Amino acid sequence: MLDGVKHIILILSGKGGVGKSTVSTQLALALKDKGFKVGLLDIDLCGPSVPYLLQLENKEILQCPEGWVPVYTDAEQKLAVMSMGFILPNRNNAVVWRGPRKTAMIQQFVNNVCWGELDYLIIDTPPGTSDEHITVMENLKTVKCDGALIVTTPQAVAIEDVRKEVTFCKKTGIPILGIVENMSGFVCPHCTECTNVFASGGGKSLADTAKVPFLGSIPLDPRLGQCSQKGESCLIALKDSPASVAIQGVITKLLDGN
Amino acid sequence: MSDVPENAAEHCPGTASDSAGKASACAGCPNQTICASGATKGPDPGVALVQERLENVKHKILVLSGKGGVGKSTVTTLLARGLAKDPNKNIGVVDLDICGPSIPRMMGVLNESVHSSNAGWSPIFVNDNLSVMSVGFMLESPDDAVIWRGPKKNGMIRQFLSEVDWGSLDFLLLDTPPGTSDEHLSAVQYLKDANLTGAVVVTTPQEVALLDVRKEIDFCRKTGIKVLGVIENMATFICPKCTKPTDMFPANSGGAEKMADELKVPFLGSLPLDPRVGRACDQGESALEDDSESPTTKVLDAVIKALLNVCGVVTVDDEKD
Repeated sequence: MLDGVKHIILILSGKGGVGKSTVSTQLALALKDKGFKVGLLDIDLCGPSVPYLLQLENKEILQCPEGWVPVYTDAEQKLAVMSMGFILPNRNNAVVWRGPRKTAMIQQFVNNVCWGELDYLIIDTPPGTSDEHITVMENLKTVKCDGALIVTTPQAVAIEDVRKEVTFCKKTGIPILGIVENMSGFVCPHCTECTNVFASGGGKSLADTAKVPFLGSIPLDPRLGQCSQKGESCLIALKDSPASVAIQGVITKLLDGN
Repeated sequence: MSDVPENAAEHCPGTASDSAGKASACAGCPNQTICASGATKGPDPGVALVQERLENVKHKILVLSGKGGVGKSTVTTLLARGLAKDPNKNIGVVDLDICGPSIPRMMGVLNESVHSSNAGWSPIFVNDNLSVMSVGFMLESPDDAVIWRGPKKNGMIRQFLSEVDWGSLDFLLLDTPPGTSDEHLSAVQYLKDANLTGAVVVTTPQEVALLDVRKEIDFCRKTGIKVLGVIENMATFICPKCTKPTDMFPANSGGAEKMADELKVPFLGSLPLDPRVGRACDQGESALEDDSESPTTKVLDAVIKALLNVCGVVTVDDEKD
């Protein structure tokens, strides 16, 4: 099913809440705006955020003879999305599943969605190094996966978990495309004082010790969160803001590396 | 709940299923006779072990959140340190986040290792009345990843709950990973008969977090855990230079208080986004001692009081009234 997909990029982080889904959706929107055909697969089954972030809640998945049809964000079908969120009857419903059931679902997501021809498939993952990650790795072994983009926040507590994710990538043989540091510094809108809310520099030093490329730091900007919640690309909605310049930089480096 | 062993043959019906040992997939399985004898269908012996081990723990509180990175471990640490201010109370913290344990760093016991004796595994003591247990103490290097599927994680959690020699505790706080999956189900399964007090749910104010947190409250309802209350974290940020507040994660859907109201669960309080707390956690120091006048300390005291109230514990102040 992934034969027509040219590039596959995994978005990983050992830590939760560092902005994996925000980075995934912003990356997908930016690639779409560049004219690529993009797919976004959300394998966070217990906490799918992508449908909300792209304003696709209440959309449904259709079945076709070849498999599941992803949900498209636009009429030209440039951005296709698949997420557990589309399968749940109600947004408050919990997916209380143990590993084997999650594994089966992810296998279906990987093998049973007709993405068609795609330039990029971005896979957003839950935090950790467990069932979801092992399954997706195993299922991607047969196809060419470009590698993983690792998202972190700067503080030591997050870096500690992300180091484990780096080890996971090395053990399972996925190339690391680079590390992005999110929520890096906050510029007070009242006095322009920059505060490092979650410390600083952690992503860069992690990249140095792990000997993987560092792709950039995205500052903490409440507008970025809001922009993400509206399903807009910050590169357009917040053009020239430090956050969007940083994201642009990350994307450029990522594409150059490919 | 799945009871299919990790290394089972394909189509294994599960050890507790009615067709265990009798299904076609069981033919040739080395455990077929055990499964067919019915010995595997009884209740998990772990449940009784946990019950026995935690008999002398008065209150067992799960700290949950569907969303990651909202501050579950930070809130657990703050609550534990806050409760431990009372020298007459014994507090234990067990870190059920197997893939990303944060408690050792936050408690400042990063390089400790666990010792075992006849009585079981000894927890690591942070203070005289505060002890912790985490998978972090068992990893050789901080780079080590625990790449385990569900059943192996469950085994670890069972051991954490049944083999740690806590002694007698007033509070045992259980820090969990994000989600509503293996770790949570196992914890609930083992603690249900061991008199689990309930769960504290941590969230941040923005809708994308609340979305996952609602799922966690649904999980609590489905599994019959009492929600003791919701704690909002990282609510407002006070600029250290101009002291003006900014909503870092804007609550465009009304925030945690409104959600708690809608779902009819108690709201325990809202902790500000305070870089000092994060820094103290990174360095493993107590965020409460060096600056007792900080807004976090004040809110936390109120949160703890509200929590004790929900748990039915009479505080010293109440007795005076």
